[in-house]
This record gives sequence, structure tokens and C-alpha cells, in this order.
Amino acid sequence: MNFPIDEIRKDFPILSRPVNGRPLVYFDNGATAQTPRQVVEAMDRVYYEYNSNIHRGIHTLSNLSTEAFEAAREKVRDFINAAESRQIIFTRGTTEAINLVAHSFGAAFMQPGDALVVSEMEHHSNIVPWQLLAERMQLELKVLPVLDNGELDLAALPALLDERTRLLAITHISNVLGTINPVKDIVELAHSKGVKVLIDGAQAIHHTRVDVAALDCDFYVFSGHKMYGPTGTGVLYGKAELLEAMPPWQGGGEMIQQVRFSGSTYNELPYKFEAGTPDYVGVVGLGAAVDYLQQLGMVAIGAYEKELFAYAVERLEGLGDLIFYGTAAQRGSLLSFLPEGIHPFDAGTLLDKMGIAVRTGHHCAQPLMDRFGIPGTVRASFGLYNTKSEVDALAEGLLKVRQLFA
Amino acid sequence: MTIEEREKEIVEEFSMLSDWMDRYSLLIELGNDLTDFEEEHRSNQNLIEGCQSKVWLYAWEKDGLIYFMADSDAIIVKGIVALLIRVLNGRTPDEILEAPLAFVDAIGLKEHLSPTRSNGLVAMIKQMRMYALAYKTKLAR
Ligand SMILES: Cc1ncc(COP(=O)(O)O)c(C=O)c1O
Repeated sequence: MNFPIDEIRKDFPILSRPVNGRPLVYFDNGATAQTPRQVVEAMDRVYYEYNSNIHRGIHTLSNLSTEAFEAAREKVRDFINAAESRQIIFTRGTTEAINLVAHSFGAAFMQPGDALVVSEMEHHSNIVPWQLLAERMQLELKVLPVLDNGELDLAALPALLDERTRLLAITHISNVLGTINPVKDIVELAHSKGVKVLIDGAQAIHHTRVDVAALDCDFYVFSGHKMYGPTGTGVLYGKAELLEAMPPWQGGGEMIQQVRFSGSTYNELPYKFEAGTPDYVGVVGLGAAVDYLQQLGMVAIGAYEKELFAYAVERLEGLGDLIFYGTAAQRGSLLSFLPEGIHPFDAGTLLDKMGIAVRTGHHCAQPLMDRFGIPGTVRASFGLYNTKSEVDALAEGLLKVRQLFA
Repeated sequence: MTIEEREKEIVEEFSMLSDWMDRYSLLIELGNDLTDFEEEHRSNQNLIEGCQSKVWLYAWEKDGLIYFMADSDAIIVKGIVALLIRVLNGRTPDEILEAPLAFVDAIGLKEHLSPTRSNGLVAMIKQMRMYALAYKTKLAR
């Protein structure tokens, strides 16, 4: 397989720093992925060479800055196979994108008494904005349950998509269980019942090829910092006719056509939803992250990560004393587990002493923790630069944790 | 033994252990040995919820001195809790309010007391001092 892992690791300077006197093993990619040189350098170039506010001036720097910003939009469009670049709206992240939809879709398409559906495996970011909307508009928020193996209880879905239901908001890949949800089938079913679908792609966009045209989803959202881009950037993709019909969320500069005290008119897509000066430097970095992923190729990344994941499963299952959460037939990119009789905080603290960064706790998915009756898990989440020898380090680290508790 | 002496004693015990694994082994042992928490005090009122782990803390006063009883669901946290109790148990409110608790830093566990750790320990120390303050006010009346 042509995946130059040694070269790739050199693109990420942070990977060669020690932590607590050991080589860093970074397995907290699900929270934030590290940033390659190429992305940092692209942002450096903005600051050093053509920093200027976008869409404002007629001067050279402003034009260069605007061009770079819009080029990034085009890169994202191409990356997810959206039809038009005006369907790509830049946000601060997944969370902001969901809040935008909750506000503006709700205002355009929902009436008191209507219903929304989320699943039990959602991140708080894909629960709380809908709860707030439901409270504001007197909607019912319905929950699609999760099965013991970490798959969605899809048999329960048709009944939830009744005539009152307007929107289903669901994650592509679970940030706790690693379950890869059959989003294409879910969208098809929802559409057959007249229900729109938002897909939270925060954990999917950098692991698998996402094609919004093929998925036919109404909204797809993700964050820059989980796809090797800068933090503070994110994307909302939406179907043009829905975005057109939705009112703006935040008001300010950039999003208007005319402002009069008698009333203002709004700019067209995508600017209608991009009030104020955006993080244009970050967006250029996000574009560079897309380039980086495209150069490696999502298919090659997927294949490399699949093999790494299979190795991790084999290696950690081989330890014999871990309880795994999430054993769906279709899963990947992360493993959530509890060493028997050991609190996740203790395991995470001791692994950190060995230079191994994992996430512990509820992973912003408390309803899911309640579902499994646990306070949290240890989560090892993988990125394109992780290696089998790092998986070995984790396995040995967990053995040491076990020894310390013996 | 004064608070300072007690803290010095703990620092000495830990300084004999050069390897981090031995130090954490000792913490785990101390945590496992802390078994005197009485179930009747395991109430929400006595719960200090960190984002990552929970601590239960109960305090009482006898003859002007304050005593503590505590538990945690995470053993490392419990080990540190055991050390804090060893230093602060049976002290006057003023002693507790003024205790430097520098030993935590000296034995290389400072990171656990950073407010970003969200393990409940920072909140627990604050709560111990709050109890001291409350009893001080009560005793002064
Ligand atoms: C599935 C999922 N949704 C949403 C989010 C929130 O992303 P952000 O904090 O970048 O807005 C995360 C991040 O942890 C996630 O894993």
C-alpha cells in the first residue's frame, strides 16, 4: 500500500515532542487532530503576505485575501461534492453550524406542535441546540434509541418519522462508539416520509469520502480542527432551496444588501449566513487541510486507517480484561473501553504519565453514558498519522496500568 | 504533629520513590486503604462533582477541632484525598484555613490540583476550607 507514513509523520512536528519524558502517542484525535505544517504555513502566508479583510476593499491585498477565502470554499465544495460553492457556509465549527440550522430551519419550517428526532448517541452539540429550539417553539424532541452493540435501533425509526416530524439530526460516525451509521439509507427513509436530515459529520469527514450529492442529505456539518485544519473553523453544507428559504441567524456586516432603519435586505447565499468578519485566515488553513487530505487521497487514508483499526481491535481485545463499548458491524476510527474495575480517570492519568494521550470521561455524550450505565470510558481515537507501534505502546501501557492496580 | 510536620513527613515518604510508577503505586495503595467513609453520608449534599470523577466529603467538629471523612470513585483521586485528610484532620479552623498544602506540589502531584483537571480535588479543598470557615463562625458565637 502506498501510504508514506514516515513522511506523513514529518508533516506533523508535534508528533516528535516528548510528553512526560516519553515519546508522545497521540490517540485523542477524536477531540482534535494535529495540524500539518502545510496548514500552518498557509495561514502564516496570509499574515505575512496578504492579510486584509475580505469582500471589502478594492485594494490588492483585500482582493488576494478574498480570492484565497473563496478558493477555500471551492476546495470544500469539491471535497464533499456539493453542487455549488454557495452551499458551503463557513462557521466556527460543528456546534455553530448546528445552532445555525436549529435557529434558521426552525424559524422557516417549524410550527409549535411539530417534532424533531435525534439519536441517543449524539454529541451534546447535536442535542442541546434542538432542546433549546424545542423549548422556544414548543416542539417535541424524540429520541432514536441505541442497541446494546452500539448500533442505532433502526427498526424504531419509521414510527418516529410521523407526519409531525420535520427534521432528523443524526451523527455519521459516533464519537463514543465508533459506529458508522448507514446515513444514506436513513436519508432515503426520512425523505420518503417528508422529513429533512442533518448529518453531524464531525467524526466522519476526515476518515471517509463524504459525498453530499450521493447521500442526498439536507445538511451536513463538520469542524476544521478534527480534519487537520485550524480550530475555530467549520462548515455547514445545505441544500440550496432550504438555505434560500431560511432567514439569517446572526446579523452584522457582510450578510446584508442594504441597511435602512426602515428595514434591511439580506445578501445572497452564502454571505447571508456569514455575518461579520469571518476567520478568513482559519478558512484558508481549512482549505489547505482539504488539499492535504486530497493529496493523500481519502481512499488511501481510509484503507490505512482501516488496517490500523483492525490491528488495534486485535491487540486490545487480546489484553482480555477490557470491556468494549460499541461493537457494531460497521465501525472504525476509535475504540471506547473500560479496564475492568478501573476508573477511566485513573487509567487516563496513568497512560498520560507514559506519554499516551487518550480521552476519558463522558465525551460530551451523557445520554449515551446513561444508556450504558457507566460514568465514562477511555477512548483511543486514531488519525492518519498513527502507527501500529503506537497501538503496541497503548497495549503495553494498559498492561502497566493493570500491574499498578494488581 | 503540626501541619507543616505532617506535610514534611509525606514529602519524605514520596521522595524515597524516584520512579513515577512507584509514587502512583503508593497513591493507589493509600486510596485503597481509605475505607472509613460511612455510607449514610454518601448523599448529593456531600457530593462534589468533577467532570471526570466524583468526591464525597463529610465534616464534623469535636472540641473545637474539625474532622473529615471522604471518598472518591477514582482511586488516584482517593489517594490524594487520603493525603489531604491526613494533613488536615483534627485541626482547628484557623489551621485549616491557613494550611499551605505545598506538599502536593512537592511530591509532583500539582497537576491534579489544577482547576483544569476537573477531578473534584480543587473543589474538595475549597469545600474543606468552607467547612473550617463555617465552624469558625459557629465556634466564635
Ligand atoms: C460527533 C460530534 N459532533 C459535534 C462535535 C462538536 O464539535 P465542535 O466542538 O468542533 O463544534 C464533536 C466534537 O467533539 C463531535 O465529536
